[in-house]
Amino acid sequence: MMTLVINSHRHEVDVAPDTPLLWVLRDTLGLTGTKYGCGQAVCGACTVHVNGNPVRSCVLPVSAAIGSQITTIEATDHRIIRALQHAWIEREASQCGYCQPGQILSAAALLAGNAQPSDADIDSAMSSNLCRCATYLRIRAAIHDAAAALRV
Amino acid sequence: MNTIANPGRRRFLQTSAWLGAGLTLGFYLPVGRTAARMATADASTDTVLPPNAFLRIAPDNTITVLVKHLEMGQGVYTGLPMLVAEELEVPWEWIQVQAAPADVRLYGNLAWGGSAQGTGNSTSLANSWDQLRQAGAMARELLIAAAAALWDVEPGALKADHGRVVHTASGRKASYGELTAKAAELTPPNDVKLKDPAAWKYIGKSLPRKDTLAKVNGQALFAGDLKLPGMLTALVARPPVFGGRVSNVQADAARAVPGVQAVVPIPQGVAVVARDFWSAKQGRDALIIDWDESTGARVSSEALRQQYIELSQTPGDVAVARGNVAQLFSATSKTLEAVFSVPYLAHAPMEPLNCVVHLKDDHCQIWAGSQSQTVDQAIAAQVAGLTPQQVTLHTLLAGGSFGRRANPTADYIAEAVAIAKATRELDVPIRLMWTRKDDIKGGYYRPLFVHRLAATLATDGKPLVWRQRIVGQSILTGTSFAVTMRDGIDPTSVEGAANLPYAVPNLRVELHSPSVGVPVLWWRSVGHTHTAFATEVFIDELAFAAGQDPYEYRRALLTEQPRLKAVLDLAAQKADWGAPLPNGRGRGIALQESFNSFVAQVAEVTVQPDGRFRVDRVVCAVDCGIAVNPNVIEAQMEGGIGFGLSAALHGRITLKEGRVEQNNYLDYPLLRMAEMPNVEVYIVPSAERPTGVGESGVPPIAPAVANALFAATGKRVRHLPIDPAELKV
Repeated sequence: MMTLVINSHRHEVDVAPDTPLLWVLRDTLGLTGTKYGCGQAVCGACTVHVNGNPVRSCVLPVSAAIGSQITTIEATDHRIIRALQHAWIEREASQCGYCQPGQILSAAALLAGNAQPSDADIDSAMSSNLCRCATYLRIRAAIHDAAAALRV
Repeated sequence: MNTIANPGRRRFLQTSAWLGAGLTLGFYLPVGRTAARMATADASTDTVLPPNAFLRIAPDNTITVLVKHLEMGQGVYTGLPMLVAEELEVPWEWIQVQAAPADVRLYGNLAWGGSAQGTGNSTSLANSWDQLRQAGAMARELLIAAAAALWDVEPGALKADHGRVVHTASGRKASYGELTAKAAELTPPNDVKLKDPAAWKYIGKSLPRKDTLAKVNGQALFAGDLKLPGMLTALVARPPVFGGRVSNVQADAARAVPGVQAVVPIPQGVAVVARDFWSAKQGRDALIIDWDESTGARVSSEALRQQYIELSQTPGDVAVARGNVAQLFSATSKTLEAVFSVPYLAHAPMEPLNCVVHLKDDHCQIWAGSQSQTVDQAIAAQVAGLTPQQVTLHTLLAGGSFGRRANPTADYIAEAVAIAKATRELDVPIRLMWTRKDDIKGGYYRPLFVHRLAATLATDGKPLVWRQRIVGQSILTGTSFAVTMRDGIDPTSVEGAANLPYAVPNLRVELHSPSVGVPVLWWRSVGHTHTAFATEVFIDELAFAAGQDPYEYRRALLTEQPRLKAVLDLAAQKADWGAPLPNGRGRGIALQESFNSFVAQVAEVTVQPDGRFRVDRVVCAVDCGIAVNPNVIEAQMEGGIGFGLSAALHGRITLKEGRVEQNNYLDYPLLRMAEMPNVEVYIVPSAERPTGVGESGVPPIAPAVANALFAATGKRVRHLPIDPAELKV
């Protein structure tokens, strides 16, 4: 049995310690907002926060997350994530929507460390989050909007 | 084949036959009582009013619109309900959206004669324009009739407004919800009057998408997110070459993986069924399989490309012949010739293929982001040994599709049903998952194509003769859709070329459709992905050879194409066409009519001396008839440009000795945020019937960029993806 703290809630899970965190979230705990896209940490669809840092949960063994604060798109009390979600809605950023939870988690990590990112900062921080629908312009604009909203 | 038979009828019968014995023939059932009853057999019909198959009105004023098309990002869960809301006179916020059941009797795509339910060819909005406005108007009139009966007044004295029926003289009002019980006793009118465009409140407005909230808070449900009681997850080991077969399996190690419940052979390979994805993956990795590759395709894509180039020197089947092309290469005139090539491409939607199947003795349930419900039902039935009516298909959101989930072979659905059949004794739902590697290596690619173009210019520089030879695999051959082929010509191979928009007196388009053994499929904008690239770069070459401006040159040849000319003018004007650019920068223009929409794009590029380049800006003009939701149209143009640019810059699937060389997004890279150009979209005001925008943003971008690179460097780009090394100064 391992104890995971996800969105401030404790969960006991009985899985092999090398199971990627992604599949524990999705298949064991039913937190399916975190998506599987590549399994190799190249697309960013599975991005979550571990102690505030963006990580690719598809390659992170669950054992490495024990004792850490894990944040997923299902978090309801995360100020930055909420601001981003609001901005995403205002900008109508989503198309198919599949990559967007990972995009939002990567953007939240950026804004946590950089309250006023430039376009280049955003492009750099988001460079490993792929969107096949190419909603990039709206994502970038939404990140600027959320950053502005969080500054007031 | 009986050549005197009515072709339309013949096609219909063949399509129906393919759909399977016992399946009701497709027809357009006018929205009505029977339709409503059929559609809502599973709903509590005693309280909810189903005025027709597309709408349910609950006593609490909840209004649910049933959308028969797949939402895969293109916005049908927004644009289609808008049509209902417009006529029904209800606040947009009240509208909820649900996937319609898979039922061709009610939900066949009218653009396909109603013979199949499915989403493709950018038809959803065009199909729904009358159908859903009528559905809304019919419900409105029914509710007015109910109020008239209750209040004993003439319907003409009542009006519908803001989800209520109002008696203008007395001010008496009733919400739609209060009227459902009475309305359910009445016969819905069939002949209803649609609103005058001047009275539209919603059509033409950028109302917010209905699916955004669920897509940003993690609640949106994709098929892979389903968790049903007892559900197991399956992965499949497939042959390393297309057409290969299992020779021998050693499954002991796989069966020993904790969580693995079964290892079963299926026609497509070997399936590992396990408690969850990770144990299924571990189990599959532990399989030891000897493959028999003797029956497989041993294709090498570069050799294939060379063969195609050879083949393009010989005449092919004639797709179109106008005038006389004998003057081609005549000694007295200026003649140009150029060869273009594009590679195989994977759709690579962010959500890899998946579905859930629960098979019982006399029934099969499927949950999938299905782009092709009727085909999927028919093939699932075939594999399961059931009738299509015994297959219930639940359509969920798709995490992108781009054509991949509309496969005439229903490949992933067939796999899942085969696994469910092989594990029938477990009696649990089976969730089939493809990994990204499965997806990239799994075939059903946009085919590799070669185009050889030749043209002779008249003395005024205009093309006198245009000959285009196209070489590439037919998508339709061997599928049920082959019935739409005429004289050996697959229309999806030549669309956009056979109907070249330019006024060329002597035109000949020929096609070679070699049989190769690599599974191919339509890929967002289908034939236009390659025809637009070849024709729009070549016309640029002709303009240059004639010493004329590429915009003006095209414009002068669009004499019969007012709508194309208008988007060309708009794009050029908004892009400041002709304004000088500094060294190392260039501007290129391209246009294409596809799926009845007209798009022109101007791309601006900056090229470094070493050939690396960036697409800085794209100006896009689109005419898609009435712009129902301008914001969705803009989003589709942006996305189409990004999708097309991804292919132009990076997209390439290669095969060596039959093996696909790419594995994942590392070696099949997609466009990244930093590569996305600024995009400006301008919509031509129009009163024409609306057409689709899911695909038409894609075709012009690759040639527009290629032409911009030529303007910047003087080097022609004729092969995709673009190789920066060839642009080096």
